[in-house]
Amino acid sequence: MVVDAQKPFALDMSQWQGSLDELRGLVSDRAMTGETMLLNMGPHHPSTHGVLRLLLELDGEEIVNCLPDVGYLHTGIEKNIESKSYEKAVTLTDRMDYLSPMSNNMVFCMAIEKLVDLDVPERAQVIRVICLELSRIASHLVWLGTHAIDMGAMSVFLYAFRERELILDMFEMLSGQRMMGSYLRPGGVWRDLRPEFLPALNHFLEIMPGRLDDYEVLLTNNPIWVDRTQGVGIIEPDVALAWGVSGASLRASGVNWDVRKAMPYSGYETYQFDVPLGDHGDVYDRYIVRIAEIRQSMRILHQAIKKLDTAKGGFRSNNRKFVPPPRTELGQSMEAVIHHFKLWTEGFSVPDKEVYVSIESPRGEIGCYLHGTGGNKPRRVHFKTPSFMHIQAIPVMSQGHMIADLVAIIGSVDIVLGDCDR
Amino acid sequence: MGVTQKLGNLGVVTTTLEQAINWARTGATWPLLFGLACCAIEYMSTQASHYDLARFGMELNRASPRQADLMIVAGRVTRKMAPVVRQLYDQMADPKWVISMGDCASCGGVYNNYAVVQGVDEIIPVDVYVAGCPPRPEQLMHGILTLQEKIRGERISDWALSIRQPS
Amino acid sequence: MSISPAIDPVEAVSKAFSTAVKGVDHFRDETTIIVDPAQLPAVVRFLRDTAGLIYNYLSDISAVDYWDEEGSYEDRMGRFGVSYHIYSLLYNRRLRVKVFLPEENPTAPTITEIFPAANWLEREAFDMMGITFSGHPNMKRILMPTDWDGHPHRRDYPLGYETIQFSFNIEEILKHKPFAKE
Repeated sequence: MVVDAQKPFALDMSQWQGSLDELRGLVSDRAMTGETMLLNMGPHHPSTHGVLRLLLELDGEEIVNCLPDVGYLHTGIEKNIESKSYEKAVTLTDRMDYLSPMSNNMVFCMAIEKLVDLDVPERAQVIRVICLELSRIASHLVWLGTHAIDMGAMSVFLYAFRERELILDMFEMLSGQRMMGSYLRPGGVWRDLRPEFLPALNHFLEIMPGRLDDYEVLLTNNPIWVDRTQGVGIIEPDVALAWGVSGASLRASGVNWDVRKAMPYSGYETYQFDVPLGDHGDVYDRYIVRIAEIRQSMRILHQAIKKLDTAKGGFRSNNRKFVPPPRTELGQSMEAVIHHFKLWTEGFSVPDKEVYVSIESPRGEIGCYLHGTGGNKPRRVHFKTPSFMHIQAIPVMSQGHMIADLVAIIGSVDIVLGDCDR
Repeated sequence: MGVTQKLGNLGVVTTTLEQAINWARTGATWPLLFGLACCAIEYMSTQASHYDLARFGMELNRASPRQADLMIVAGRVTRKMAPVVRQLYDQMADPKWVISMGDCASCGGVYNNYAVVQGVDEIIPVDVYVAGCPPRPEQLMHGILTLQEKIRGERISDWALSIRQPS
Repeated sequence: MSISPAIDPVEAVSKAFSTAVKGVDHFRDETTIIVDPAQLPAVVRFLRDTAGLIYNYLSDISAVDYWDEEGSYEDRMGRFGVSYHIYSLLYNRRLRVKVFLPEENPTAPTITEIFPAANWLEREAFDMMGITFSGHPNMKRILMPTDWDGHPHRRDYPLGYETIQFSFNIEEILKHKPFAKE
């Protein structure tokens, strides 16, 4: 529907009638007679965590049905990747799930590595685990801040973003950019750790448990928080599995599935960590599960820091067919110059086969389906993103609740519209 | 002894009406709570306590465009979202300013394809462009200070004498 | 309740459906079963419900367009390939079920009754590739605006980019670029 810029408030009645017919099969018959009200919780709304449009069918204040309308942030990243070589495409994947860009990089790089059978040295794997867990903590802090501020607890927002600044400083040390670093590349990481990184990480790990306790003091046993979140947005485990829910939202319903434990990648099988589970599958359980996940991430980080001392190998694979040589080598070897030229102009070739890999992003299971052509550009890359599936499950969770509960449910499911629409 | 010195002893300052209005406008520009994509997260970081926007008078993000003065378009504007952006801009009351934050809002950014509008200035007039992908909080604050300089340079004759008639 | 041992999905499907399996592929550690589109829901239901298989989680539905400017897709089994990635939590293994669809009116039966998660995934395949799923409760566009023409992720759909601005063509480009004046 195009809005006429000259008459922005004029409503074309023929267009309105058309869209009502479209809804005829989707909303209940009570909406057609006017018994229930159709309310548009439009793309611009303070609590929809991005540009999500929800068409609510309301019986008074109670939600009878809810139709999500996504696509307001569809950027065509998958089609854009088809016109870029693989190394350049890593920068585009950063911007899908913009709260944890390293996870998107990771799944894409893992798909490439599986297709071309590229090795990743042990040190690179440990650095990747450190980046992924820091990214998980940063994403959960944003989730906590925005979820709390939607429900009215404003101080938690400011505290969470204060901790997040420490993590973003660390990302800046790694890649030069606070958020979209494109630090994880096929074969390893872009460059080795700076000397100031480990002291900053150790300082962060010292203070973070205390800060996390502060957040829990504010929220976990707060009667208002408990009243607003317990018993709200319950989803049963088998219903959640059928609707494609994954990650913390699924584990809060009691299903023990974490991709890091089930199909470990990047050395996760060598780390000791627990997978927190919930009982009821309501908003409160999802909150408890994610706070526990932050603590487990810190546990993994401690082990990873110790592993860095003994990990073998460099920060990136030495396979010069896929990884450009370092600058110092260019002055000494002719093959290095040839590899450098070929890789930076054309890129490496990938066989005409398909793979599907998935990792545990902070939101859930993110999967990458990659189909090569035999040449230097992909034929098709498709990301199965957790937020896409979770928004599909929001109507299931929110039937019978009130609008204020819907705000809590959307916040607890931790959706990111860039992740959903790509 | 001039009038100004006499009045100054009493705690009174004289200035021009223009300067007073522009000072009031820069001191409390309420932004529209309008985050689209990744730049919105950096905007939230700028709003938070480390880089504080409240010292510029911008701690209140108004969700309703009727109550907002400044629209910070933070993030990529897609073709599906473009009519919504235009409608929000039209619903804002004068005086209003637009900051286009980030590369995607300024020029289409990394995405040069069918789905992204190549710069939000194709739809709404922009006052300040802030570059970056996403811009650091300091860059956004520099953009806001540039906007404040622009507001301070506005003359009453520009907007008071050419009042648009409501259509 | 005892858990039955895991059985080989390719053998089980070939035994239960004599005509459905059109091909099998093994690459790295992944198994792909290529089936006939008409029997797809039956095969998927069999994979979900049979003891020893229990593929109860739908991970992804991805569509590929094998159209190429230089080459042709005649040596493939169709222009479009739709891959259904299913996962068994019980036996912790993945499987890909693939169907090939022709260029004219590519249609596959829907599996939303078996996996409700397929609802939006199939809508996305329709929106982006033009593959219709018969029996789908709400076959409409999901990511593009409702009045959009064409299916963007097809390989013959142009990327739609704006000409890159250099100093020799910037004046030309700015003349034609729409700028909002008010």
